[in-house]
Amino acid sequence: MKTLVDLLRENARMSDEQLATILGITAEEVARQIKQLEDDGMIIGYSAIINEEKLNKNAVTAFIELRVSPEVECGYDDVAQIIAQYEEVDTVQLMSGSFDLAVIIRGTNLREVAMFVSDRLATLDGVLSTTTHFILERYKEKGVNFAGESVDERSLIS
Amino acid sequence: MDYDKLISDRVRDVKFSGIRKFFDIAATVENVISLSIGEPDFKTPWNIRKEAIKALEKGKTTYTANSGLIQLRRAIADYTERKNGLKYDPDKEIVVTVGGSEAIDCAFRALLNPGDEVLIPEPSFVCYAPLVSIAGGTPVIVETKLENNFKLTAEEIKEKLTDKTKILVLPYPNNPTGAVMRRGELEKIAEVLRGTDVIVVSDEIYGELTYGDERHVSIAEIDGMQERTVLINGFSKAFSMTGWRMGYFAAPEPVAVQMLKIHQYGIMCSPTVSQYAAVAALLECDDDVQHMKEEYDARRRFVVKGFNELGLTCFEPEGAFYAFPCIKSTGMSSLEFCTKLLQAKKVAIVPGDAFGESGEGFVRVSYAYSLAHLNTALERIGEFLDELKKG
Repeated sequence: MKTLVDLLRENARMSDEQLATILGITAEEVARQIKQLEDDGMIIGYSAIINEEKLNKNAVTAFIELRVSPEVECGYDDVAQIIAQYEEVDTVQLMSGSFDLAVIIRGTNLREVAMFVSDRLATLDGVLSTTTHFILERYKEKGVNFAGESVDERSLIS
Repeated sequence: MDYDKLISDRVRDVKFSGIRKFFDIAATVENVISLSIGEPDFKTPWNIRKEAIKALEKGKTTYTANSGLIQLRRAIADYTERKNGLKYDPDKEIVVTVGGSEAIDCAFRALLNPGDEVLIPEPSFVCYAPLVSIAGGTPVIVETKLENNFKLTAEEIKEKLTDKTKILVLPYPNNPTGAVMRRGELEKIAEVLRGTDVIVVSDEIYGELTYGDERHVSIAEIDGMQERTVLINGFSKAFSMTGWRMGYFAAPEPVAVQMLKIHQYGIMCSPTVSQYAAVAALLECDDDVQHMKEEYDARRRFVVKGFNELGLTCFEPEGAFYAFPCIKSTGMSSLEFCTKLLQAKKVAIVPGDAFGESGEGFVRVSYAYSLAHLNTALERIGEFLDELKKG
């Protein structure tokens, strides 16, 4: 059975009443559980899934691989937190594998993003190298397919 | 060529179903969103598809035994025992058919002589009366009622029972109403039938999709009833396998052997690849079935509440994947309501009278759709009702 979190992950805009009906519990119980999840830091925010390039033709999103030399006391945390503070930065994650930090940056044009990487990220203490990848096409994000729901091949009526 | 003379009277006199008629209307409108589909929206679980691929790779492309692969019949026997506590001999009492429909057809043809009467509760799926007529029997409609939650009662059967009655069709969980028959209600039906020579053709294709704490009970489980029941089931609904055409029946040997003749001469055997896949369905897919059932159950609550809030009262359907809201408050006939809704809002719902006259005043809503789809459809129906009120 889908949990409240499953349903919110799919669509956080459903009303407490709708969620309650689907789960077979009361709306008050839904509200209580959501508050609990928020208080416990399980749910840390809500956002829309935006088709950025459709919203703004010149929008640019880049995925940056950073190689970073870890510090003795705090590992990668300090440099990650510094990067996370920039408004341009959408996502910062520590990765396993051939690089260390994955950073997603949004900008209004290529130059802006490229300059941000060279001016702000490459110059940080501990950053050894950067590799910038620009997103060309989006197919699926957070479970939503950009092409819409797959075509229903069933007959209209049966 | 006088084709009218050419065609068999029995076949010519059978009409196309109301579902099909409404389909023809809906097909003329573009970008329709449908609430009319009588098949699951889930893809067949992967384990089942994988088994079919494997069967093809191994070149399993010959006929099987007429009654189906023995390992499949054994799996069906185990499944029926596991689910309903019923024991059937896989060698003599179980036959794999091309969907549940073929099994129903075989039952009627094996049992009916001209003049024999078949009790058919309505509203119900559209195939029973036509198949009875084609088999030479006489359909006798038993109208079930909203006040009984569209369950069949012993009194209703007694009223229609004659010395010509040979078969009672028991279509529960029911398409289109979503009604189910619980054990106590079946006991009462069994009490009427035990002293007679009436045999039950129990169409339990939606058995797995029974909601609430109580499981689906087959009438064959009731004392003295297994010997007078042809149990019909299949893989289409529970395992989301409509296109595989896999069904089966389990019946007392003297009946099963006669039904097998019809299947043998008419069909040979069910599709071989589908049979291999069906084995995996029964052995490996309990979790998939449970997952789909839970998903339907959530949608069921969503749809029933939605219609009640719109003022189209909807009794609590406990099985299958249909709701059957009442549209009498609009003052329209079912067909009128559905046609106008289709034209005004491009939402296709099947009129209840497609499933028998007693379905008039209702519409069949399938919830074999995503919640998002159901939500959009409900919104449009809400707009339609608002506009009706404003005139």
